[in-house]
Amino acid sequence: MNAVELHNLKKSFDGGNEFVLNGLNLTIPKGSLTVIIGYSGTGKSVMLKHILGLIKPTSGKVSVLEKDLWQMSDQQIMQLRTKVGVLFQHAALFDDQTVIENVCFPLSEHRRTKKIDEIKEISAKKLIISGIEEKHFHKLPSELSGGMRKRVGLARALALDPEILIYDEPTTGLDPILTEMVDDLIHETHMREEGRVTSIIVSHDLMAAFRIGQHIVMLDKGKVLHSGKPEDFLNSDIALVKKFVEKGIKKK
Amino acid sequence: MSIGSEKIESKKVSRFEKAVNSLFDYINGLICECGVTMIFLMSSFRAMFQKPSRYTEVLKHVEFIGNQSLLIIALTSAFTGMAMSFQIYLGFSLVNATNLVGPTVGLGITRELGPVLTGLIVAARAGGAMAARLGTMRVTEQIDALEVMGVNPIQYLVAPRVIAALISMPLLCGFFDFIAMTGSYFLCVQVLGLDEGVFFDKIQLWLNPRDINEGLIKAAVFGLVFAAVCTHKGYNTKGGAKGVGEATNKGVVNSMVLIIAINFVMTNIIRFFDVLLERL
Repeated sequence: MNAVELHNLKKSFDGGNEFVLNGLNLTIPKGSLTVIIGYSGTGKSVMLKHILGLIKPTSGKVSVLEKDLWQMSDQQIMQLRTKVGVLFQHAALFDDQTVIENVCFPLSEHRRTKKIDEIKEISAKKLIISGIEEKHFHKLPSELSGGMRKRVGLARALALDPEILIYDEPTTGLDPILTEMVDDLIHETHMREEGRVTSIIVSHDLMAAFRIGQHIVMLDKGKVLHSGKPEDFLNSDIALVKKFVEKGIKKK
Repeated sequence: MSIGSEKIESKKVSRFEKAVNSLFDYINGLICECGVTMIFLMSSFRAMFQKPSRYTEVLKHVEFIGNQSLLIIALTSAFTGMAMSFQIYLGFSLVNATNLVGPTVGLGITRELGPVLTGLIVAARAGGAMAARLGTMRVTEQIDALEVMGVNPIQYLVAPRVIAALISMPLLCGFFDFIAMTGSYFLCVQVLGLDEGVFFDKIQLWLNPRDINEGLIKAAVFGLVFAAVCTHKGYNTKGGAKGVGEATNKGVVNSMVLIIAINFVMTNIIRFFDVLLERL
């Protein structure tokens, strides 16, 4: 069973002159940890927005959890999104809500039958497994460090026990120690929920992709350039893949 | 005519053409903007009736738009009432008609100045805050986060603000009218020494409840206008801090221009129906 299927996906923002996604075909099996890499401007974020149903493709098919996204009504898409958790690049926490309120938010929206104490209890659990101590629960996001904000963002993404977890450039702008910490957190989260959760990480950090990825996909010019296990990338003959790998290793 | 003067003349014409073109572009842009904002407003109307209900959010925004505007409205209206009364007193004293100062101020305040000034003040204060808040949420991906959590951002962020503006504005306008008339009473009776009985008697004679209602209806429309314009600008913010600044600026400026223009149109429509009813 596949968690995500993109079939001949094309997207143009200027009426067909230039395609950001140009016939993209991608299958992400359920329960896998897939890292999507590529240079800037290769269509990674646009592809992610298609998976989330935020952008309508110019042509092609987007299936999430075996359901064709654009055959569904808005209400059904909204419902499907509750099965997908997203950790944004800058965490995107609601800045007028405390840490615990941020994590409670999706639960109070979609688990309306649950009592507030129950919701708080679930949120506290999610925060603790994401590495946030109780003393930080009533702080505002502006009072937290970058790494802690990511952890809270992860706890919020986990709140509804999603079947797909998407990480959008989770380590961008973090120092090497925090980068490793966030990578470990992603890996731990995936392992804890192994088999149930499909993790998709969009990144340009090659070393992180090698360290935690079970499956790596490289995009170029709106298409999949190469896809396979980490070791396949090291032995690849494709010039652009070689260059990306060499530069990534050198940088490290 | 010499060649030199012809050149100057053609330069003047091209400058005039440019000015006219840019004016038409501005008006064209404003009309297009109105259309897009109307569609946005319609989608927020649709969202108002969707589940779950957002009573808490509506109350929170009523408190922000209404309660937190009371002080500024009180100060503005008191001084407006006094200044207007003084000017009218100076004019009317020349023709010995000072007993009509009260109703003249009353009519001006309830029908025109009350709703317009309330609209302008609240659009600048609360409308600006709405555009900046939604703009910041857009550029920091908080609106995207809502969407991917399966929450309709228009229903959660826009609709409660529009309802709150619709509820708060007539209340604020009524408050403006009351304080402005209190200011007028203070100046006319306590400072200028007009007779208190005559002041109230003439107001009762000339000012009808429908004049007050006219102002309250206008205020509700202005609330709808600034809430729709400012939330639309904020919701569609592009870029970073610069984009938020531009959205706030455009939201407030467009709201103000629209409030003044719509006031003129509404006044004429209401007067037209007045005449029509009288003839019937």
